[in-house]
Amino acid sequence: MTFSPQLEAKFAKLLTIYPPGRQRSALIPMLLYAQDEVGSVTPEVIEEIARRLEIQPLQVEEVLSYYSMLHRKPLGKHHVQICTNISCLLTGGEELWKHACQKLGIGHKEVTPDGRISLEEVECIGACSWAPAIQVNYDFYHKITPRTLDQILDSLKSSQ
Amino acid sequence: MLYNEPSPLEIKVLSRRFGLPNSDSIETYLETDGYKAFKKALGMKPEEIIEELKISNLRGRGGAGFPTGMKWSFVPRTSPKPKYVIVNADESEPGTCKDRVLIENDPHQLIEGMLIAGLAVDAHAGYIYVRGEYRYLIEILDKAIAEAYGRGYLGKNLQGSNFSFDAYTHTGAGAYECGEESALLESLEGKRGIPRIRPPFPAVVGAFQCPTVLNNVETFCAVPPIIRDGGAAFAALGIPKAGGTKLTCLTGHVNKPGVYELPLGFPVDKMINEVGGGMRNGKKLKAFIPGGSSCPVLTAAECEGLTMDYDAMAKKKSMLGSGGVVIMDEDTCMVKAALRIMRFYAHESCGWCIPCREGTAWLRKILQRFHDGFGQRDDIVLIGDLAKNMLGRTFCPLGDAAALPTISIVEKFRDEFEAHLAGKPCPYETAPQLVMA
Repeated sequence: MTFSPQLEAKFAKLLTIYPPGRQRSALIPMLLYAQDEVGSVTPEVIEEIARRLEIQPLQVEEVLSYYSMLHRKPLGKHHVQICTNISCLLTGGEELWKHACQKLGIGHKEVTPDGRISLEEVECIGACSWAPAIQVNYDFYHKITPRTLDQILDSLKSSQ
Repeated sequence: MLYNEPSPLEIKVLSRRFGLPNSDSIETYLETDGYKAFKKALGMKPEEIIEELKISNLRGRGGAGFPTGMKWSFVPRTSPKPKYVIVNADESEPGTCKDRVLIENDPHQLIEGMLIAGLAVDAHAGYIYVRGEYRYLIEILDKAIAEAYGRGYLGKNLQGSNFSFDAYTHTGAGAYECGEESALLESLEGKRGIPRIRPPFPAVVGAFQCPTVLNNVETFCAVPPIIRDGGAAFAALGIPKAGGTKLTCLTGHVNKPGVYELPLGFPVDKMINEVGGGMRNGKKLKAFIPGGSSCPVLTAAECEGLTMDYDAMAKKKSMLGSGGVVIMDEDTCMVKAALRIMRFYAHESCGWCIPCREGTAWLRKILQRFHDGFGQRDDIVLIGDLAKNMLGRTFCPLGDAAALPTISIVEKFRDEFEAHLAGKPCPYETAPQLVMA
């Protein structure tokens, strides 16, 4: 399978930064970056990365199943991650989570029928002092209220 | 970028460049004493660098608090193997968000700390392991690394010396366990983040089976100021046996949550009431977690006269941890807090050690049942017993991290568990947590 030139450049660099014979070190970054482009870690991605790193597809799968950010099924174009861990819980993270589920009509790791938005209740994302916090794909949003969450979700629904 | 106003009570050493225009650029860094410590270290013997760290009383800022100078001295400099410098930027401890601001505002300080570590242990390559969720920090670091190569602070024959050093970023992909040093090293090798059996410790057999210096972001960031201004100056900011400042993340029910740099030994009440602007809505303090959810929880009474340092916390049978302070007011349901913390550990347990894998899963189920109103009196004892049976029986500290807060909550807030006994609704459910709207 083929990736974009930008991703190929990233992969090429990754294969040079680890000590000789240690190219397997590139596995987790490659999986995450490939997922960013392809949308999920498909069987083709697994095969391709295994081939490039000279390891078995099964060795890729055992790693894939361990890391919570890697997934086999496509998520929404906008993956909304709501933290409900302790600091966010104390400042309303759980209410935000319920609010988002209700508004979108989907639950944990589910995708809206149009494929635009997916939801995930996540563990601590490192925004505790500016809680409650969410992440949309890789972007952080801090000190969220149900009103600002509505604004974010509405803009995601209508964005291209 | 800063996400909260600084406090006048802060002592800004590691955070001195926060808020400066383009604080992440090498120009700003060089204009504000940047890379001076590295140049000074180029003229020092490795033992002198390590000695300066020992004088500074710097202790590991990731949570364990191990003396940094001693840790570096364990690396066999004369080993024929290559040595590595590894930065743990897998910040995932609930309540902790300090490494993020250190990298975002001052990435060169971290790179300079890595360079000095390289000089101290004869390492010529370093990796920054950044948690997957912090993608934007990888972009900031890659830009800073490129700037450093351009100015002769990374690469070959740095600043005219015969010392060479390369630095790279490496992304994780979502795993709390990879913040544990040996699991991080496994993950760096492209494997599941399962902890290694120790000894041998990473200082001797670490990254790629070679001697390795592995520290938290904040620990590396403290190194340039220590070498530049001397270990004694840093030590003097703190208290005996714990030198310098600590980035403290105030979270939960305070008026001014934020990341603040405070000297070690700072009084807890002053931290809550002056730095943090007091309890939100004038409520009373109920419970206090000093440094991330792995620490035993302290009651308001235990916080009286308490200071933020390793030994004072140890005396209260808790820990200073990572600096993630969680402040809970009188309306907080402690059963729910215990449940949420356990849900986290059950999710993050790597599953290798049975006491942790099974213990966290069962504790989560029992606490859930309790919170839902189906708990029985025997369960209160069972929770404590299960947690105590995890202590010290796992290869890495995750088992203890799950057990310790649970034991402390069930012992110190037993009345709240009683109040949840079968048939009784949660007495706190009527008090919504969200008041920021």
